[in-house]
Amino acid sequence: MKVLIPGALRSYTEKGEVEVSGATLGAVLAELDREYAGIRFRMIDEQDRIRRHIRIFVNGEQVRDLAQPLAAKDEVVIVQALSGG
Amino acid sequence: MTRNNTQAAIKKKPTAPRVKSTRPVVVLVATRKGAWFFHGDAARRNWRVDGPHFLGHIVSHLVLDPRDGRTLLAAAKTGHLGPTVFRSTDRGRTWKEAAQPPAFAKAPEGEKGRSVDHTFWLTPAHANEPNVWYAGTSPQGLFRSDDGGVTWAPFSTINDDPQYREWMGTAQDGTPDGPKLHSIIIDPRDPRHLYFAMSGGGVHESRDGGSTWRVLITGMDVVEGFGFDASKPTFHDPHCLRMCPTNPDRIYQQNHCGIYRRDGSAAWVRIGKSMPKKVGDIGFPLVVHPRDDKTVWVFPMDGTTVWPRTSPDGKPAVYTTRNGGKTWQRLDAGLPKSQAWWTVKRQAMTGDAQDPVGLYFGTSSGELWMSRDEGRKWNCIARHLPEIYAVEAAQFA
Repeated sequence: MKVLIPGALRSYTEKGEVEVSGATLGAVLAELDREYAGIRFRMIDEQDRIRRHIRIFVNGEQVRDLAQPLAAKDEVVIVQALSGG
Repeated sequence: MTRNNTQAAIKKKPTAPRVKSTRPVVVLVATRKGAWFFHGDAARRNWRVDGPHFLGHIVSHLVLDPRDGRTLLAAAKTGHLGPTVFRSTDRGRTWKEAAQPPAFAKAPEGEKGRSVDHTFWLTPAHANEPNVWYAGTSPQGLFRSDDGGVTWAPFSTINDDPQYREWMGTAQDGTPDGPKLHSIIIDPRDPRHLYFAMSGGGVHESRDGGSTWRVLITGMDVVEGFGFDASKPTFHDPHCLRMCPTNPDRIYQQNHCGIYRRDGSAAWVRIGKSMPKKVGDIGFPLVVHPRDDKTVWVFPMDGTTVWPRTSPDGKPAVYTTRNGGKTWQRLDAGLPKSQAWWTVKRQAMTGDAQDPVGLYFGTSSGELWMSRDEGRKWNCIARHLPEIYAVEAAQFA
């Protein structure tokens, strides 16, 4: 499925859009990490929590659970919440 | 080298590090918005800037491995992304991210585990343990890498030990941007003899390679007036520990409650009591002389009223003792005479190993200062950098 990558993480993918597969959001992120080593830990902590300033949307709806089932035609959008100074 | 090999490391008096004049000093500057290198000439008069590296990353520490003179580790994160460690094996020309940055163990189902907010401190291990590094994190955790910083794992048992977790407290018990494990020190005579400190949580020593630890807080003061029990590590806030390179039995400490010295197994002695009363003995950093165990430099800050943490009275100065803390002298020649309200964080002041010793500090307002004569005269190397978190003086091979 299509995954849109925010600017802050394009140092890993070198592009704004990638294709990965997986039956759940967690599986998609694991596949993403296999393809682009290190990218998952910048978004998901060691307790499998989505980090404070990261938001993930599936087909326009925010998803907070890595167990969320996904279909091949879903679109995943990763966003960094604006914050800081 | 395996850990068993290191156990057989010969215990001998360490020799003073001397630096050939052909290897110029490079100052590694870690800031809130990236990292910079400042390459000095042989006289340490002219400095060539190289940077920024990792622009926009919060870099807590940037350290060169003195065992090979070319490997660098940088502890970094951004405001949005999780923490990582960048690694270079070519003197900073190229960088690669750690495959497995420091991270706490996954908590059992139903329990709330901790997650590393940022790696705060990096220490290369003993000279006989090539590729071994230690890291301290916020919230407080102790980690080790055996492969030069590529992969990291929790070290020792303290990260999940109930007693240590109590002493570490919560995010509300530490410094404003999170409680920190720092000042990881390895005895140059014995790689199994380790120290670390926690803000807050006291000073801790292991003589068996991290299997067991003992608390070293006897003699250290706690904040007065709140009924804090000085026998409990929770109430102790060491800011910076430094071991004397030529006398590893002597450790100096800048603490939330004063400046201390510890010799062998004796209690801490508050040597900051001989500082001028109107300046006080509160601060973050402390630097030891590479060859003289009686000489120390500190950078006092205002620890009165609401703790402004600025230079006292807006007049920055380094203070030095040349006699182990009996007396102190003010060293402010070249520094602003007034209206300078910056301070220097605990990793942001250091010395090189040359003779005379070069001293370096970075300020909370992004200025990098140095003295090539052990603090008698100060010069500003750079202005307008982001807030400086750490400064290290190193020599590439």
